[in-house]
Amino acid sequence: MASFVEFDQVTKAFDTGDGVMTAVDEMSFDLDRGEFLAIVGPSGCGKSTLLLALAGLTQPTTGQVRVAGRPILEPYTDLGIVFQGAELLPWRTALQNVMLQAEIRRGSKRESEARARELLAQVGLGGFEDRYPDELSGGMQQRVSLCRALLHDPEILVMDEPFGALDALTRDQIQIDLQHLWMERRKTVVFVTHSIDEAVFLADRVLVFSPRPARIAADFRVSLDRPRHLSARATPEFAGLVGEIREVFENLGVLTEERT
Amino acid sequence: MTSTDQRKKPATASTGTRARRRRPLRSRIADGVLPLILVVVIVAVWQAMVSFGGVKEYVLPAPGAVVKKMFSDFGTFADQSVPTIIAIFVGFALAIVVALPIAVAMVYSSVVRRAVYPLLIVAQVVPKVAIAPLFIIWFGFGQLPKVLMVALICFFPVVIDSMVGFRAARPESLMLVRSMGASRWQAFWKVRWPWAVPSIFAGVKVGITLAVVGAVVAEFVGADTGLGVLLITARGDMDSLTVFASVAWLTVIGAVLFGVVELLERVLVPRRGGRRSFEASGSL
Repeated sequence: MASFVEFDQVTKAFDTGDGVMTAVDEMSFDLDRGEFLAIVGPSGCGKSTLLLALAGLTQPTTGQVRVAGRPILEPYTDLGIVFQGAELLPWRTALQNVMLQAEIRRGSKRESEARARELLAQVGLGGFEDRYPDELSGGMQQRVSLCRALLHDPEILVMDEPFGALDALTRDQIQIDLQHLWMERRKTVVFVTHSIDEAVFLADRVLVFSPRPARIAADFRVSLDRPRHLSARATPEFAGLVGEIREVFENLGVLTEERT
Repeated sequence: MTSTDQRKKPATASTGTRARRRRPLRSRIADGVLPLILVVVIVAVWQAMVSFGGVKEYVLPAPGAVVKKMFSDFGTFADQSVPTIIAIFVGFALAIVVALPIAVAMVYSSVVRRAVYPLLIVAQVVPKVAIAPLFIIWFGFGQLPKVLMVALICFFPVVIDSMVGFRAARPESLMLVRSMGASRWQAFWKVRWPWAVPSIFAGVKVGITLAVVGAVVAEFVGADTGLGVLLITARGDMDSLTVFASVAWLTVIGAVLFGVVELLERVLVPRRGGRRSFEASGSL
């Protein structure tokens, strides 16, 4: 049986004026339902492009993305997105921002509002429902954004460097919260990040991308027990895996000790 | 008391919105009093020039006389204000009604943008006052040429600022609503429009001040009624008092219209935060 999400020979090229720039070159990989996949790779290697292709917000130049066997040819709506910026609408309160999801989908207002409040409470934002985004810290804003992405209980959660702009402590906490939410729901997650630590901590599987045009340089399974605690980072398994991934980047020339 | 002084210092030094919102009463009173003092000084100098400087009334009437004239001839000024105000309203409304769809079209279609934008610039560079006589030839001495002049003169700032506003929405926000299955219509009303409103109002505020200019210019060039007509006729009679009083009433009209737009803005512009509270932003 075919996998839940299939990237099949996906190529994305942009016409930049002075020639064609290939961001992603014949990329193929599959995801099982309920799998948490992290993608790490250098900046500008086309990771975000892949996410947008999965969401149907951009079309591959050649190749296909399929979900449950159906090719994605238009915006795929059974999916939640979290961008690097929280992308909250500044004139809406936290609750209203989460409710945007329901308003556009025209679901039952009372039901989704109860759900929105419950989600906000789960990420520690109970009591902050009526705050406006500029009254919330960066971490809180990103939590609201996460609630918005989960409100309609989507099959797939797509996260594009969601915690990249947060400070280290906030980041640790939000990773724990995300793991908790994921373990309750077991959604299929595609999580793009620059941080090897973050990828290993959160994911079942880590794909390492090469610099542009992106290819899959390595594919690691992470079989650490869940729930993973922050202390897991100190374990030899964790450190070993992080080291292996770093080595892949060193071999790719992305990381180097010597500068000439 | 040293302790309060110490507490005050970091409070005023701390950046931002709170400091601006809760300014000391003294400074807020100063905001009202300072310009008032300046006005009093200017009026006093003006009065002195007339009373002691030997300036003739047909050159510069005394401020008191102007104010008296404004109200003693109130009936005439009111009668003549009506067609001017109507021209401003209709012309201004026309400009907005035409400018908004054009701005939207320019944002959604690059073909429209590339076709229309250069034309807009050229049209703006043409001195509109110079084509006012043409309007008289085409449309006569009634309200129509005035309305068109008003519309023409305030169209440009409205269309340009609206376009800027409709492009202000972040692409990620638009992607998000598309992935929620939003129609173009929903994406427009839920995201693009609220982002655009503050910018649209910036254009509308510039527009409303220009609208008064447009109406008066059209009345100068040729019209049968209006404050501009009254003004130009009085000038012919060397009746400076009426000229000054007309200018004063035009200023009042302009200020009131601007105030109305500001009031509308306050009602319509979506609230963008405000009560920033430190216990909220400090914890995480």
